[in-house]
Amino acid sequence: MRKRYQWIKEKLIEGALFASALFSIFVTAGIIGVLFFETYEFFKEVSILDFLTDTQWTPLFTDKHFGILPLFAGTFLTTAIAILVALPIGLVSAIYLSEYASDRARNTVKPALEILAAVPTVVYGYFALLFVTPILQRFIPDLSGFNALSPGIVMGIMIIPIIASLSEDAMHAVPMGLREGAYALGAAKFQVATRVVVPAAFSGIAASFILGISRAVGETMVVAIAAGQQPRLTLNPLVPLETVTAYIVQVSLGDTPTGTIEYKTIFAAGMGLFTVTFVLNIVSYWLKKRFREVYE
Amino acid sequence: MNRKLYNKFLDKSFTILGLVATLIGLVVLSALLIDVFTDGMGRLSWQFLMSYPSRRPEEAGILSAWVGTVWVMILTGLIAFPIGVMAGIYLEEYEKKTWFSNIIEINIANLAGVPSIIYGLLGLGLFVRVLALERSVLSGAATLAILVLPIIILSTREALRAVPFSIREASYALGATRWQTIRSQVLPAAMPGVLTGAILAMSRAIGETAPLITIGALTYVAFLPTSPISSEFPYISFQGIFDAFTVLPIQIFNWVSRPQKGFFTDAAAGIIVLLMITFIMNGIAVWLRYRYQKKIRW
Amino acid sequence: METAFKVKNLKAYYGPKEALKDVSFDILKKTVTAIIGPSGCGKSTFIRCLNRMNDLVLGFNVKGEILYDGKNIYSKDIDVIDIRRQIGMVFQKPNPFPKSIYENVVYGLRIQGINRKETLDNVVEESLRKAAIWEEVKDRLHTSALQLSGGQQQRLCIARAIATEPEVILFDEPCSALDPIATAKIEDLITALKQEYTVVIVTHNMQQAARVSEYTGFFMMGELVEFDATQKIFTTPSNKMTEDYITGRFG
Repeated sequence: MRKRYQWIKEKLIEGALFASALFSIFVTAGIIGVLFFETYEFFKEVSILDFLTDTQWTPLFTDKHFGILPLFAGTFLTTAIAILVALPIGLVSAIYLSEYASDRARNTVKPALEILAAVPTVVYGYFALLFVTPILQRFIPDLSGFNALSPGIVMGIMIIPIIASLSEDAMHAVPMGLREGAYALGAAKFQVATRVVVPAAFSGIAASFILGISRAVGETMVVAIAAGQQPRLTLNPLVPLETVTAYIVQVSLGDTPTGTIEYKTIFAAGMGLFTVTFVLNIVSYWLKKRFREVYE
Repeated sequence: MNRKLYNKFLDKSFTILGLVATLIGLVVLSALLIDVFTDGMGRLSWQFLMSYPSRRPEEAGILSAWVGTVWVMILTGLIAFPIGVMAGIYLEEYEKKTWFSNIIEINIANLAGVPSIIYGLLGLGLFVRVLALERSVLSGAATLAILVLPIIILSTREALRAVPFSIREASYALGATRWQTIRSQVLPAAMPGVLTGAILAMSRAIGETAPLITIGALTYVAFLPTSPISSEFPYISFQGIFDAFTVLPIQIFNWVSRPQKGFFTDAAAGIIVLLMITFIMNGIAVWLRYRYQKKIRW
Repeated sequence: METAFKVKNLKAYYGPKEALKDVSFDILKKTVTAIIGPSGCGKSTFIRCLNRMNDLVLGFNVKGEILYDGKNIYSKDIDVIDIRRQIGMVFQKPNPFPKSIYENVVYGLRIQGINRKETLDNVVEESLRKAAIWEEVKDRLHTSALQLSGGQQQRLCIARAIATEPEVILFDEPCSALDPIATAKIEDLITALKQEYTVVIVTHNMQQAARVSEYTGFFMMGELVEFDATQKIFTTPSNKMTEDYITGRFG
């Protein structure tokens, strides 16, 4: 009797645990469902062709245009600036931490870098708007108060820890034997790092880059605060523009009734954003997995 | 000989370059902290903590914001912690290697990388509209709970994985069932790690702004959610979770977006409070991890 | 003498890999049976079949039978929990729970729902005495078991196994992580335990097998090469391979 009771209890608990694990699938399904449903409604009113090719995004005006290109240009530009900052610095830092720094230095610096990741993004937004932009304006007089450059740089600094930390993990996992082979031939540390370790850890490093890109694409508050709210099809980093994420914030701040076209636009924009980051995340996951299979 | 010198020079200069690259982040962080503190420290006062927002910057405060943050955080933890830990336990201790478990794994890795604003859209579509919870504390907490779920799941799994298999063997060999083994041996041993992850997840949630703006959390709130303690029977009230709310980061965002300079000072003061909460939580997490790493040696 | 285990045509697989090939022999009650052989010969796999610990390994499965008290422990209507309660096990590395000495010993009872303090107190004293560690720990029963030395931890693990009153105790290379003095204590203990328990011990140390056991089985490449009285195995083995191994020509 007691046994039967115990067996049932075990099965019930396993069921509850399984349901919790399954819940994560429902979340993904929920995201896709909500985005898909509202986007479908949106495309009943706006043609996909206009959405993808129109060069103006003015759903909040009387003369409505629904071209997503300006928003994606904004996202592309800020992301590109962020990556230009984060990629070289993150990579150099990772090489330094993995190949040059002592264990003690590594164990102090890595947690310190984690603090950077713990700072809320709204704080970075404040910093970009009220600290970085004024400083940049001293060197670039043409720079507007809202622009892509300043939030791009700040986002880049935000992303450095991701790239540095994950790339360092990948380089650290490269077997010592590979390095020793090169050292035995009389190579300098720098040569070993750039010609042996980096190529060997390439897929792991690439995974960290892509994750960094995905973070920059999805970043919201920094650009919403410091980049402005003017959708503009431009690659000029000095003028105000608007990213996909900032647009969603802008609409959400107003009181947009359900069912209106303005309400649906944020889901269509979100769908685009989700698709891009989804692809990036999967590629990053796959690269990381491939790296693990080789070395771990 | 020449080559040797060249190599030495190369290594030396790269050491300096590497050190600079590594420290840039910390330099910027220091600049940020100094900037915020010089801007906002003077504004920080009891009055600032205990006042509602106002049209006049010098009278404005963060009362509704921090009370809202406390409400949302408690509820977020209550939702996310059990589900996250249970899912983590299932994936680490029960899961058999099947195509389905593979899908769950990829799915969670992907969810961890979905931009937070997308969770806001999910919250808006699902909780606010379909479930008709409106722009309530509950909607916000549910949204943030889903957002931090992957973090809790991943850190729970990591903590469980760190418990040596020999402990499980010892328990099974004494005739324990799987759940008995987990509940009385594995989970207690993994608890410090699980809690560390949970605190880090909460510290992430506390700073989240975008998803709450998306679900329509208000930016100007001059009232508090209904108090959970009431003077009439049954002396406890859950009405508060259905009330409208704002949180600290949204209040900061609101002030940053104003044209008047005075509100920037309010924003800086709000940021100091937000950063202190975040850093304290991170500090606790790091301390917990450090302490138990030392204490238990297998 | 009565048999405890009757092993019949036992084959074991990890995925497609065959770890045990058609093993058959009997293990007698209240004796010490040693399993020896070079590493990778399947001796650990074998002993872990006796209490179905191998169930925890993904992709593991067995064919054939192990009869314990006349019932096949791998048959479907057997509850593996019952099997493990009757057949205790001590592992290679001491693996006390990160809890107090007291809680380590009573764990097996607690999970059966036994929580009466007097019962537990008695069991703790009795088990620790039988494991020859009572005198060393009686004043600090509520301190962490992780503070004990390796040898003490292993004896605590033996006490923990005894506490649930099993009939059989399996030892999987119990001394491989211990120094010679601690090893001698464990060996004495094993010799004493056979008064009450059936003992099966896997060891890579032939002297140990000779010292503690009455019967010895020699495994090689998943096969039971020879099984006989320990004395016979170590003096006049009937198989050439056994002789080569005993005399140290390989392994």
